[in-house]
Amino acid sequence: MQRLLLRSGGARLTASRLAAATYRVTRRSTHSGSILQFSDEVEAFRDVVSRFNNDLVAPNISSMDAEEKIPSTLVDALFETGLMAVETPEEYGGAGASFTAAVAVVEELAKCDASVSVLNDVHNTLVSTCVRKWGSEYIKDTYLPQLATSKLGAFALSEPGAGSDAFALKTRARKLADGDFVLNGGKMWITNGGEAEIFVVFANAEPEKGHRGITAFVVEKPWGIKVVKKEHKLGIRASSTAVLALDDVHVPAENVLGEYGKGYRIAIECLNEGRIGIAAQMTGIAQGAFDRAVSYVYQDRKQFGKFVGEFQGMQFQIAQIATEIEAARLLLYNAAAIKDAGGDFVKEAAMAKLYASQVAERAASKAIEWMGGVGFTREESVEKYYRDAKIGAIYEGTSNIQLQTIAKLIQKEYS
Amino acid sequence: MPPRLNIIVPVKRVIDYAIKPRVNSAKNIVETNGVKFSLNPFCEIAVEEAIRLRESKKDLVESITLVSAGSAKAQDALRSGLAMGADKATLIECPGIDDAKSLSLEPLAVAKLLKAYIDKEGANLVILGKQAIDDDSNQTGQMLAGLLNWPQATNASNVAVDDDGIVSVTREVDGGSETLSAPLPIVITTDLRLNVPRYTKLQDIMKAKKKKTDKLTPSDLGVDIAPRLEVVSLSDPPKRLGGSKVDSVDSLISKLKDVGAI
Repeated sequence: MQRLLLRSGGARLTASRLAAATYRVTRRSTHSGSILQFSDEVEAFRDVVSRFNNDLVAPNISSMDAEEKIPSTLVDALFETGLMAVETPEEYGGAGASFTAAVAVVEELAKCDASVSVLNDVHNTLVSTCVRKWGSEYIKDTYLPQLATSKLGAFALSEPGAGSDAFALKTRARKLADGDFVLNGGKMWITNGGEAEIFVVFANAEPEKGHRGITAFVVEKPWGIKVVKKEHKLGIRASSTAVLALDDVHVPAENVLGEYGKGYRIAIECLNEGRIGIAAQMTGIAQGAFDRAVSYVYQDRKQFGKFVGEFQGMQFQIAQIATEIEAARLLLYNAAAIKDAGGDFVKEAAMAKLYASQVAERAASKAIEWMGGVGFTREESVEKYYRDAKIGAIYEGTSNIQLQTIAKLIQKEYS
Repeated sequence: MPPRLNIIVPVKRVIDYAIKPRVNSAKNIVETNGVKFSLNPFCEIAVEEAIRLRESKKDLVESITLVSAGSAKAQDALRSGLAMGADKATLIECPGIDDAKSLSLEPLAVAKLLKAYIDKEGANLVILGKQAIDDDSNQTGQMLAGLLNWPQATNASNVAVDDDGIVSVTREVDGGSETLSAPLPIVITTDLRLNVPRYTKLQDIMKAKKKKTDKLTPSDLGVDIAPRLEVVSLSDPPKRLGGSKVDSVDSLISKLKDVGAI
């Protein structure tokens, strides 16, 4: 009896039928007792994302990658399903769910497409979270509903001269007599930069104080943020990575996010959380590549009279990668659980991001090899995981920064 | 006077539709350990139809109540339906029924439970899936209509309710489609093309946690659910053997004669 009830009117997948098995969460549910067993609502959220992936994302993966753009209809659909407001409290139009739920959504989206996943991740775990945690009542009332329902957010911290050394940022915030500010400068590497309408911008209001002058602002695009350029990238090509120019952008006093001069703290805390989001994206990439390739070697490809997955050499590699993905997932959800419980998660978050980005690259690389020539061709989409994985070791804190963070915390413990 | 609909939607929790079912090693049940379960697709369509009726005309629908008979885990199916927009739910928790023994709860038992429940709750419209994808019985709706002595319209591909309380149901049949109409109360079973269920919003999933779910047992309803059928054996479908191509009607006929088919 044929089980595959394709929903009438649902989009047909352009990739092979394996994609249906890949993108839909159908394999074993987690064994009871596992620490990776999640609450009912997290599982329900995963189901929503998995259907979303199947119907709306999967048919567009190749075109989004080729055109370097996520269609606005897809972004609208993300908003409509509530996927852009996972943690936002109900009174502002959100789902009011946990951080674990938010990263589960990011992980699930990344199994299908890493660009869609990072759009969602930055919007939820960086922008919405910042506004929610540090916003005044005015800022929350004004911007959280917009971020929950219709307006894309971006996190504008990095600059050409300020990447790992984020606090070397040069964008200036000049305070006017009436308390408002005028921002001048440029930002680089800004995810969602091309389409965002609400920006969290970090600028220095008192450069003579070094990083203690850095202030965070909530800035609306029409106030003068210009998209100068969108980068052409190796991976996550559909994600818009923009160069922004701020020329005399007038920001009202009430749009200061958090405390004046304490923006550096907001940046640090936001990025610590954001790390877990990226760990989720990387874990999703690893799993997506793995699912794709392993389905292929056990269901599609035969050589020398048997499925290529049955050769012991293949099996050992598959087992190794599966173990590493499981380890990455455990690091990820451990960090998320500590955060949800209110504990100190800095070391665990750094470990999760560091390891997940390494595993994603290895898993995607192996997945291509397992699929052979077919894996190397663009049509089959598995090579895209390899290109997408690379950014994991770079953005939201390079791997060297993660290692340094972990090392410093260990040093404290052992001194 | 336009009717007010009190809709009951029975739903079932089944192995997820995208999973390939496997017979267990003892060869007596389908493997359910660690397998993903979901709301039966035809049941999901039924819930969606109830909600669309509510949205089609103000005040048309008074209430949408879900009900599911099975193990305690059937709660999951109820939650999915509540997240889609149903108002409340009842779980009929059946002792001795779990994932591995779900076939022991047979359509006639379910129909009797539903009849007792509907007599208790009151309803004038029951919409349910035409069949569950685990046993593919396609019996519960029909049996229920018989027990209730209500008209039934099965395999619905379109449902409409007019101001006089006459329900028109277009059904897909072998020769095409036919439209039946009957006054309320009525039992309708859903087919695949009736609608495409909406995406559940995350906000609604969270809100569903606050919706009321009651619990009942078969003895509360005075129903004996003991099975009348026994599964003698269970096996995977035979592997597909290669066929051959023929180039004319005559050779087709002679081939069919050779294998004893005609």
